[in-house]
Amino acid sequence: MQAVRYARASSVDEAITMLREGGETARVLAGGTDVIVQARERRRHIDLFVDIKHIPELMSLTLDAGGGLTVGAATPLYRVYGDAEVTRRFSALAESTHVIGGTAIQGRASLGGNLANASPAADSIPAMIALGAVARVAGPAGPREVSVADFCTGPGRNVLQPGEFITSIHFPARPAGSGSAWERFIPRNEMDIAVVNAAVSLTLAGDVVTEARFSLGAVAPIPLSVPTAAEALVGRPLTDATIAAADEAAKAAATPISDMRGTIRQRKHLSAVLTERVIRRAVERARA
Amino acid sequence: MVSTEKPQYRVIGTSPVRPDGVDKVTGRAEYGADIKLEGLLYGAVLRSPHAHAVIKRIDTSKAAALPGVKAVVINADFPAQASGDLDLGEGRANPMWLVDNVLAGSKVLYHGHAVAAVAATDLHVAEDALALIEVEYEVLPAVIEVREAMLETAPVLHPELRTNVRARGAPAAADRPTNVALHMRVEKGDVAAGFAEADVVIEREFTTSQFHQGYIEPQNATAFWNRDGEVTVWTSTQGAFSVRDQVAALLKVGVGHIKVVPMEIGGGFGGKINVYLEPVAALLSRKTGRPVKMWMPRADVIRATGPTSSTFNRVKIGAKKDGTITAIHAYLAYAAGAYPGSSVGAGVSCATAPYSLDNVLIDGFDVVTNTPKTAAYRAPGAPASEYAVEATLDEVAEALEMDKMDLRLKNAAKEGATNAMGQPLAKIGAVEVMQAVKSHPHYTSEIQGEDIGRGVAMGFWFNGGMETSSSATVYQDGTVGLVLGSTDIGGTRASLAMQLAENLGLTMEDIKPQVVDTDTVGYTAVTGGSRTTFAGGWVAYDLGEDIKKRLVDRAARIWSVPVDQVRYEDGGVSGPAAEDGSARRLSFQEIAGKLQGSGGLIAVSATSRRNTQGAAFAGHIVDVHVDRETGKVSILRYTAIQDVGTAIHPAYVEGQIQGGVVQGIGMALNEEYYYDDEGHMLNASLLDYRIPVANDVPMIETVLVEVPNPGHPYGVRGVGEVPIVPPQPAIRNAVADAIGVKLYHTPMTPARILDELLPRE
Repeated sequence: MQAVRYARASSVDEAITMLREGGETARVLAGGTDVIVQARERRRHIDLFVDIKHIPELMSLTLDAGGGLTVGAATPLYRVYGDAEVTRRFSALAESTHVIGGTAIQGRASLGGNLANASPAADSIPAMIALGAVARVAGPAGPREVSVADFCTGPGRNVLQPGEFITSIHFPARPAGSGSAWERFIPRNEMDIAVVNAAVSLTLAGDVVTEARFSLGAVAPIPLSVPTAAEALVGRPLTDATIAAADEAAKAAATPISDMRGTIRQRKHLSAVLTERVIRRAVERARA
Repeated sequence: MVSTEKPQYRVIGTSPVRPDGVDKVTGRAEYGADIKLEGLLYGAVLRSPHAHAVIKRIDTSKAAALPGVKAVVINADFPAQASGDLDLGEGRANPMWLVDNVLAGSKVLYHGHAVAAVAATDLHVAEDALALIEVEYEVLPAVIEVREAMLETAPVLHPELRTNVRARGAPAAADRPTNVALHMRVEKGDVAAGFAEADVVIEREFTTSQFHQGYIEPQNATAFWNRDGEVTVWTSTQGAFSVRDQVAALLKVGVGHIKVVPMEIGGGFGGKINVYLEPVAALLSRKTGRPVKMWMPRADVIRATGPTSSTFNRVKIGAKKDGTITAIHAYLAYAAGAYPGSSVGAGVSCATAPYSLDNVLIDGFDVVTNTPKTAAYRAPGAPASEYAVEATLDEVAEALEMDKMDLRLKNAAKEGATNAMGQPLAKIGAVEVMQAVKSHPHYTSEIQGEDIGRGVAMGFWFNGGMETSSSATVYQDGTVGLVLGSTDIGGTRASLAMQLAENLGLTMEDIKPQVVDTDTVGYTAVTGGSRTTFAGGWVAYDLGEDIKKRLVDRAARIWSVPVDQVRYEDGGVSGPAAEDGSARRLSFQEIAGKLQGSGGLIAVSATSRRNTQGAAFAGHIVDVHVDRETGKVSILRYTAIQDVGTAIHPAYVEGQIQGGVVQGIGMALNEEYYYDDEGHMLNASLLDYRIPVANDVPMIETVLVEVPNPGHPYGVRGVGEVPIVPPQPAIRNAVADAIGVKLYHTPMTPARILDELLPRE
């Protein structure tokens, strides 16, 4: 690791200024569970860390009156899954954040960091996509909003422009009759990177699925939205056949590679298996 | 515990808290990473990005010129080495190859092979300097897989290498470059005749991946080469004397000028016997005149120390309808890594050792590959060959429609029978262990549930004897200092102190064991080969006998009575009744208090080179569930039954067994070295090299069968290694039982199991 400078921002505007002055080798520092490791291993050259953990709004977790959820970009994950309302209403998000790293990591790691790191296998991103989350971004050109589904552009790459950073993730309110679920497959029982992960959020009116959003991770260069799986369910009564059609659509949407964490065949197969599992769990929750 | 014949002990068989326990749980124990010395420099190693390449040119001038850099070394800084043979205890080394492994010579032979090293005022400067070293490589094709390396068309690692044929009846090796360093053979009886007699003959082929020991503490070394030519090395090692001898050989310095200080060790499992950083740190210290500290990043530990061989094994077994095995023929090919010297010899010796056989033929091959030079790993060589035999045996039992334990019991090795090498077996608990497996409630219970299966497998390991020295001093307060040359990996301070306490009639807490450097105790071979509690126990016993004899002499002098009227008993000395009729009796503590005034304190030393260690034998039972949708195996229940001789400290014996099982589960299910087509090792982290995590394994039940070793005063057998042998075949056999799919490769990853379960493409 080379020598680095550290600066602590106390407001979004101050962070913007610091990042502008730091130039291309400045990076925001939230939990640091990715960027510090990358700097230590010389995979990323960083001269300045701008610590955003002392900006109150970036460390917040707010359920608004309308039922929407806003999570500060640097809010540690334990606060996300540790919130009973989040767990009940945004189950997929709670499930995914609960298994990222161990307890020590969860005291530091954040949704903003997991999203900005843009790993194809990131655990929280499919949950955010399924829940229709929007990333709120600040930068020298002013604030903007980007759908999480459109945020990643490739492994480790995202839509952020120089000097921009995520301030919060906003989750829209959950309609009545909604349920969500997230699951990953790993060879061990803990402390692993997903071979495949999958998330769904769906809304039921009686037996008919009125709305559904699917996402898959680790099966493409970016966490995928899978609208074809939603099309297999929406407007139809929930049956083994429609669920199977959604599974097949997920499998067809997956374009994985073979690497040390899994094979193409295994990942395509698991895309269907996990899609089925999250549908059934989300349905249970929607009906509860 | 199942006990056959066991004397009443007072200390042996209890589980006191280890003498080093408080320091370890409070973080005060000193490991290599804790060393701080005046003027300390930090070293870092440049490693090869290629699996096989000629080093055309190295230019270290820019690195040497970087401010803060004090020295740069490459292979040419070491003295030239001729071929030779160093005994490392559990394994051997040729200094000519060892030096090239420590820093590459004319070629790099694996991804991660050390090429140059830098010492600088801090680690970050040293790392910056590595990036300034210019190395020009001519990249060569690499060969990773053992069977490919054996082909005549394979890339050749060492053009001068010729096959050493130690196989009676095999053709002489051709005089041409080859990767096959050794062809060995053991033969007993006539396998052709044996197969002709058989009613069933099953032949199967197996492969195993490369596995790493997975010790948590990385390799580290600090060295100081003083101006007077004396060298001190602080390191994490299983054998301080082994490090001393290797460093002496590589630096061509007399062993009397090298002192190795063994620090506490955070795991080794065989991987901390060979040197990697120690001679490099010493060279850097000689160049700078300052102490140099080095430690390996985790990726280097995985990529560039000594994992196991990957192997290819073919086993053919013939049996009669009644279960009698008529012949076994095995072909074992072990990848040695970059330099010759795999553990195939032990693989050959152990392959069929659980069984008494009339006809056996085993061919073993030691083959160099573009992978890190293999090192010892817990029962080195045995897991792969015994896996192949135990898995094939299961298929024989199936073909004969015979209970799997009945088949094994029918052929169990018994005292007096001879092994494949024709050597007679000493008293061995094979039958006792097999009977304990067969009658265990785990084995006799019903399997309930879908996709759940049960497997059994046996394991054998011969254990080590070798040389151990110790000294002891009786202090005037009645405590006894015990000076040990064996580094304490598995609780040996406790197990050795307990044996001395037993002999003297004291408590373990009365004995003060300490592990010391190579200048302070006599030669002691490595903590390895499951030998330390055996051999160190013999020495502790000998020390106790000597102390008792001297105390008896002293008491006779104090009492002015003939020596033959004084006895050592119940933790003290007793003599004839005094003239006034009172008993003459001094407790150990009382006579210890009188030593200074009656001829001085007592200090004794002893050395043992006994090879009566007795073999170790284990039988494991495992239940697994296989998720047919994902191919994932869950271990539901595990029972490990083992002949432990005498369990000196039963809790630590149980811990050794459980630890071995956990490592074996890792090999069975998820651990493997993953190489790309060019031979780059890609999963060099504990994230992607998947050793089991705590919730991957159930509580492992142990059954300690005690068949005392007649070659030891307390019946000790080594216990540490054999428990890693049965898990791979036991779990493989359980998976087959659960889902009807027989696998022929470990690890049995979810992807491999899914490949078998999904429809053929």
